[in-house]
Amino acid sequence: MDERKERELYFWLRLIREFEDRVSALDKQGKVQGGVYSGKGQEAVTVGVCHDLRADDWVFPLHRDLGAFLVKGADPGRLMAQILGKRDGFAKGKDSFLHGGDFSHGIFGATSMLGATLPVAVGSAYKFKVRKEDRVAIAFFGEGASSRGDVHEAMNFAGVHKLPVVFVCENNFYAYSTPNELQFAVEDVASRAQGYGFKGEVCSGNDLHAVMKAAGKAIHRARGGEGPTFLECKTYRYHGHSEHDRATYRTEEELVTWESRDPVERWETYLGKRKYDIASIKTETTERVRKIVDDALAFAEGSPLPEGPEAMEDLYATPVTEG
Amino acid sequence: MLVTYIQAINQAMHEEMARDDNVFLLGEDVGVLGGAFKATDGMLARFGNERVVDTPISESLIVGAGVGMSIQGMRPILEMQFIDFISCGFDQIVNMAATLRYRHGGQTACPIVVRGPCGGGVHGGLYHSQNPEAWFFHVPGLKVVAPATAYDAKGLLKSAIRDDDPVIYLEHKFLYRRIKEDIPESEFVVPIGKAALRKEGRDLTVIAYGSPVHAVMKAAKDMAKEVDIEVIDLRTLLPLDWKTIRASVGKTGKVLIVHEARRTGGIGGEIAARIAEELFESLDGPVMRVAARDTHNAFSAPLEEYILPNQEKITEAIRKLASY
Ligand SMILES: Cc1ncc(C[n+]2csc(CCOP(=O)(O)OP(=O)(O)O)c2C)c(N)n1
Repeated sequence: MDERKERELYFWLRLIREFEDRVSALDKQGKVQGGVYSGKGQEAVTVGVCHDLRADDWVFPLHRDLGAFLVKGADPGRLMAQILGKRDGFAKGKDSFLHGGDFSHGIFGATSMLGATLPVAVGSAYKFKVRKEDRVAIAFFGEGASSRGDVHEAMNFAGVHKLPVVFVCENNFYAYSTPNELQFAVEDVASRAQGYGFKGEVCSGNDLHAVMKAAGKAIHRARGGEGPTFLECKTYRYHGHSEHDRATYRTEEELVTWESRDPVERWETYLGKRKYDIASIKTETTERVRKIVDDALAFAEGSPLPEGPEAMEDLYATPVTEG
Repeated sequence: MLVTYIQAINQAMHEEMARDDNVFLLGEDVGVLGGAFKATDGMLARFGNERVVDTPISESLIVGAGVGMSIQGMRPILEMQFIDFISCGFDQIVNMAATLRYRHGGQTACPIVVRGPCGGGVHGGLYHSQNPEAWFFHVPGLKVVAPATAYDAKGLLKSAIRDDDPVIYLEHKFLYRRIKEDIPESEFVVPIGKAALRKEGRDLTVIAYGSPVHAVMKAAKDMAKEVDIEVIDLRTLLPLDWKTIRASVGKTGKVLIVHEARRTGGIGGEIAARIAEELFESLDGPVMRVAARDTHNAFSAPLEEYILPNQEKITEAIRKLASY
């Protein structure tokens, strides 16, 4: 990796964190009416997986992956407008947070129903394969979502047809309050891959190098016609399940341990070891990401709320009229 | 004793689990967390982790395993973290549970309760605001209840747990902490299948259930000088309390049906059709409906406002109907 790329990766980690922190702060001020699901602590997963994707690849982010939106090219202002329910959001106010994707950048908006995007990712990958398009689909999901039937059905089909899809499981050890030992009886969710006939890999989701290496291999396999990969990234969410969850089901100690493996700081340490001027990189980056998020917020705040009758729009592609 | 709607739900489950050790509770985050809304608060500590089960995120499993327990003589309560996710357990409800007794020629019952927070008005957006009663209203073998008061929330849940058939219990999250009510200390149940006459009146009948009952009552009060309104709170949607409806329509000759669920294919349509079929001669005006608009449960405040029924829309409809 050259210096430019290393610094760019740092920029993305910091931008996501700045964005997450700002959304949390807005929520505290009562400015966000819907649920806010912070992905703070998990930034290296979305950066590591999405950074080297091509414009025509598709991502299917989970509910904490606003980082995937940003890295894949979504406009920060529109993303903020989306979160505030404004007309310039991807859903034009019809839903909040990450439920509206940005098709112009190959970003799919999930429903709330966990795991439900995986069959859709697989269908997309099927088309890429049969039309011989050199594209991949990336399906993100939590270890909690992995208990849903949709996830099994998607993986099974992807295995049968050797589809160009990477299943990225962000294992942060809790599904809301439920710890892993009540969710599955295996250590690594990725060990299930064997049962679907493809490869499972486990990496540290807080180590950007590790994620990039594992994701790079998986994407390479997908492009090369070798089929899916189940990539499990072990990570941790710093905040509660949503902003109003005080997360009393886990210990302070555990949180502190994970904070000591912070993906952003880890990258800073690495940049320092490379003998770059880390102090000035930090200052520059701070200014840059703040400006982007400030501008995004200004854009979102300036965007109008939708008007009532717009609730009836976008239901059908072929207009329906009552006879 | 003064309780909120959600406390009433919590009490009903505590009491029934204490009364009958065949009552189990399964759901996501129902144990350690005590439920996303705290509906199951204190239950794990009191009844232990064999009877209070924090499941993986697997709605189909929750309902299906509930059916499995029920055929072995248990009475499981099955929580959907939000009722919207009931769609992920749909097959187990409509094909497995609802037909269980029928396809076994009456050999077995299926005493399960599937409950969870429904309803809008809280900026929940597309997947945290739904009112799915019509999907289940269409399925024989199920019972569907939707309490509007703390008293009914408690009494109906106790009845649902004791009932030998699958009951879909719809608790409106808008009401969880917004209503507080004095309910008896002593044991009581509310029978499934009986509506409540909330207010007597001569000019016009409003039929409602769930959260809109409160807007209807307020409208009836505010309009008292203009029109004398009778208010029926259905409480149970399947089976419908046709007797109460018939008596009221016979008296007033005018009916407005109010529900928060969508208009097209909603329960109001069935009630209106049946009134037209059986009570045509009693009518002095068209059977009217106030319901959500035929779109999805949009997030942004002005959209949600536009979609959902409210007192203003109810008042307007009452005026129109009264003028016939
Ligand atoms: C089908 C379904 N059931 C329940 C929920 C409620 N819910 C939202 S997020 C969540 C926990 C998700 O855990 P996981 O998949 O591990 O992702 P994480 O939140 O940890 O990132 C639950 C239970 C849901 N969204 N969808």
